[in-house]
Amino acid sequence: MELSKAVNSSTTIKKEKKYSPLRELLKNWKKQKNALWASLFILLLITVAIIGPFIAPYDPYKPDYNAMLQGPGIDHIAGTDEYGRDIFSRLLFGARISLTVSFLSVFLGAIGGTILGLLSGYFGGWLDRLIMRSSDVMFAFPDILLAIAIVAILGPGLTNVVIAVSIFSIPSFARLVRSSTLEAKETVFVEAAKSMGASHFRIMFQHILPETLGSLIVFISMRIGTAILAASSLSFLGLGASPETPDWGAMLSLGRDYLGTSTHVVMMPGIAIFLTVLAFNIVGDGLRDVLDPKTKNE
Amino acid sequence: MEKLLQVEKLETQFTKDKQKIKILHGVNFHIHQGEVLGLVGESGSGKSITSLSIMKLFKGTSGEINSGRILFNGDEDLINKSETEMRKIRGKQIAMIFQEPMTSLNPVMKIGEQLLEPIRLHLGLEEKKAKEHAVSILKKVGIPRAEEIMNEFPHQLSGGMRQRIMIAMAISCNPQLLIADEPSTALDVTIQAQILDLMKQLQQKEKMSVLLITHDLGVVAEMCERVVVMYAGRVVEEADVFDLFESPKHPYTKGLIASVPKLGQKKEKLDSIKGNVPNPSELPKGCKFAPRCNDVMPICYEQEPPELNLENARSCSCWLYKEERGGIRV
Amino acid sequence: MSKTLLKVTGLKKSFSIPAGMFEKKKLLKAVHDVSFMIPEGKTFSLVGESGCGKSTTGRLISRLIEPGDGEIWLDGEEISQKKEAQLKGMRKKVQMIFQDPYASLNPRMKVRDIVAEPLTIHTNLSRAERYKQVSEILEVVGLSDYHANRYAHEFSGGQRQRIGIARALIMKPKLIIADEPVSALDVSIQAQILNLLKELQAEFDLTYLFISHDLSVVEHISDHIGVMYLGTIVESGPKEVIFSNPQHPYTKALLSSIPIPDPKLRRERIILQGDLPSPVNPPAGCRFHTRCPVAMDICKGTEPPVKPGETAGHFVSCHLVE
Repeated sequence: MELSKAVNSSTTIKKEKKYSPLRELLKNWKKQKNALWASLFILLLITVAIIGPFIAPYDPYKPDYNAMLQGPGIDHIAGTDEYGRDIFSRLLFGARISLTVSFLSVFLGAIGGTILGLLSGYFGGWLDRLIMRSSDVMFAFPDILLAIAIVAILGPGLTNVVIAVSIFSIPSFARLVRSSTLEAKETVFVEAAKSMGASHFRIMFQHILPETLGSLIVFISMRIGTAILAASSLSFLGLGASPETPDWGAMLSLGRDYLGTSTHVVMMPGIAIFLTVLAFNIVGDGLRDVLDPKTKNE
Repeated sequence: MEKLLQVEKLETQFTKDKQKIKILHGVNFHIHQGEVLGLVGESGSGKSITSLSIMKLFKGTSGEINSGRILFNGDEDLINKSETEMRKIRGKQIAMIFQEPMTSLNPVMKIGEQLLEPIRLHLGLEEKKAKEHAVSILKKVGIPRAEEIMNEFPHQLSGGMRQRIMIAMAISCNPQLLIADEPSTALDVTIQAQILDLMKQLQQKEKMSVLLITHDLGVVAEMCERVVVMYAGRVVEEADVFDLFESPKHPYTKGLIASVPKLGQKKEKLDSIKGNVPNPSELPKGCKFAPRCNDVMPICYEQEPPELNLENARSCSCWLYKEERGGIRV
Repeated sequence: MSKTLLKVTGLKKSFSIPAGMFEKKKLLKAVHDVSFMIPEGKTFSLVGESGCGKSTTGRLISRLIEPGDGEIWLDGEEISQKKEAQLKGMRKKVQMIFQDPYASLNPRMKVRDIVAEPLTIHTNLSRAERYKQVSEILEVVGLSDYHANRYAHEFSGGQRQRIGIARALIMKPKLIIADEPVSALDVSIQAQILNLLKELQAEFDLTYLFISHDLSVVEHISDHIGVMYLGTIVESGPKEVIFSNPQHPYTKALLSSIPIPDPKLRRERIILQGDLPSPVNPPAGCRFHTRCPVAMDICKGTEPPVKPGETAGHFVSCHLVE
């Protein structure tokens, strides 16, 4: 209608100030109060993951049999575990492990899923059926069960956790990208590119992929939370990091024997996992409001 | 002839991102009893906003009327009416038809139900009488098998049929004024001819006043008695339809008429208006048409031209016609 | 006579439309036996109402949809059944302009990359060389280099259509298929774009296949016209003949339906009764007989053959024409 057109068109360009998608994004991002805080927290977390080992007050691996299972105090701000290792230092080291594992697994899953989703949505036909039916099969298993199965086959260890979590991320990414691809495929500018003789590769990566990018970024930020949980669960079950590694999941696993007596041993890594997952989810929600055209209210 | 509707100095604005954008800047015009008035303009001219302002249909938008008067039936100022009072006027005294009938019909309600709603509400007829009235209206707008259509849903009908249903709904309570916003733009040429023909017949039979909003000068020439031309939220020219096409005064109207390709016209090159339709939030100083005008003068960039009365009850807002050239300042 | 650039014979295309679980699969016959030719440097227009198959015909010729039956000869080469890999040459010769200047330009690309895209696809020019050509072509369509570094949504409708035209021109194509290129534009902008298209035709010796529903626009730009109804060309011929001496009752009705922007010319119109029939279930015999004011018995059963009219190049499909 003319009404909305008139009002919308008026916001396109302001005089000579040049439009840039990035500036637009930052402007909208500042309006998302919660997500702004959450993203600051994630930034802090990333910093910790990088410089954590240099600022940690204690060696996270070194047992101290004089200070076993101490509660939070002046010497050890987050207390110590059953071997007298400083929990705070272990958390700082653990941030690096948790973030590396989750980022790596989600990015691998996103790349795999995006390629499969693009192919599936763009070409359709038997390829589409093959890819979608395979992911249906994978969807039939609960995520964590699938991850357990994969690690059980590959053997325990952090590398295998990354592989397991990325594999179970692939189908969700494939589905998401496929649906945006189906939509983008019908746009007139894709038709225009076809009429110019653009190759399938060019159409997929130059014209369709950018259209899916918004929802892809939103989904990645959401999946990072899930991946941290999954990796922690695997470590908790003893399938991930070895017990002496300062991984948050592994710390939880060790602490469970002292749940009744020294709650802080479980509480501290628990809180770390909780806050991190929450932050990523809030950021994901905020990104959705800013980026995802489907939920954008014009 | 008596004036049915008189719009005076109407100003309407919208708010976007806390920024107020004025869309109508003092719109003046009137409609006589039983007259077809054309409101012509391109996108962004404010012609549709004008009709929404008359109906005060701003629900769900940031639109609001700043100032002005909308006198209906003599001295009733619609601007002072409450929403409840407006609801009694809408559909009963002033009815409206929109461009895309599918968006104004409820897809999950039977045609009959939708048609009966205003009849029950405004005419207070009992069920059987209301139904008879509805069927007779459908027949009046040329719908075959009217009784059966009452039990069908909008998606079962073609675009032309849906527009007929919309017209039936609009005239069901014998309104004094019918506002038709691009009623035939979404239709194919042969169907458009049917609908325009129908509207003309109904208007003459019912002695309705019609405000026809359109961008199509062909439709205006076929349908209207008087024409109001809008540009950038202002009325730039008002004239009898014959005078307007015979001797357009405002350079914009001249350009508009010249730029339409006409059948049988052997012209290598169309006359066109240079530049682009301006954005409502970035209007130039002075006359809003100045940057695109062929007859522009220094004063046009400085001051907005006043509405000038010319001979034959026409008016034009352009510095070309200031006092010494025969215009009388309003 | 100049040489024929495009020749289409017996073009047919049906789409199968999804049917309900227990229904038989239905066929939508979008294009049904369309033939025409365009001499080099001329404009041929397909005109008709929605669903008449004019856009499908354009997309068949530009090989945007799976080919149907019939032959398409472009510049002496049959292209209707070729595989995409064999179409490289054709893709350079044929470019399209689309109706919606908002949707046909990628919102995430800058204007210079949009306009340069055909060069990126078909040539090995360096980025600097490509951008140089972009600046030149932008100049030609009435924009300036200053616009090149912006995004398409920063422009008004008319400017965007100029960008679309620049993109179509940059490969120096022979044939441009323009699908309703001005129907989304304001009247004052429409005239600018139509004038531009005519100027460009003269300057670059372009051939146009112009698809439109607007007869006044078509009259202005065309040399030859084909009037389509429900997938077939009912009448075709030189512009002058179609407009001054139309033979087919549908052409007559269509011409009579156009509102003329001159109140002194208000006239008795031929108003067709009823709606357009569905192309899924087109009427037997002459497809127009259900709405034809002069239909005869023969029209219901027998499809009228294409008969030549009095003037050279004029063809009509109607039983009334001798």
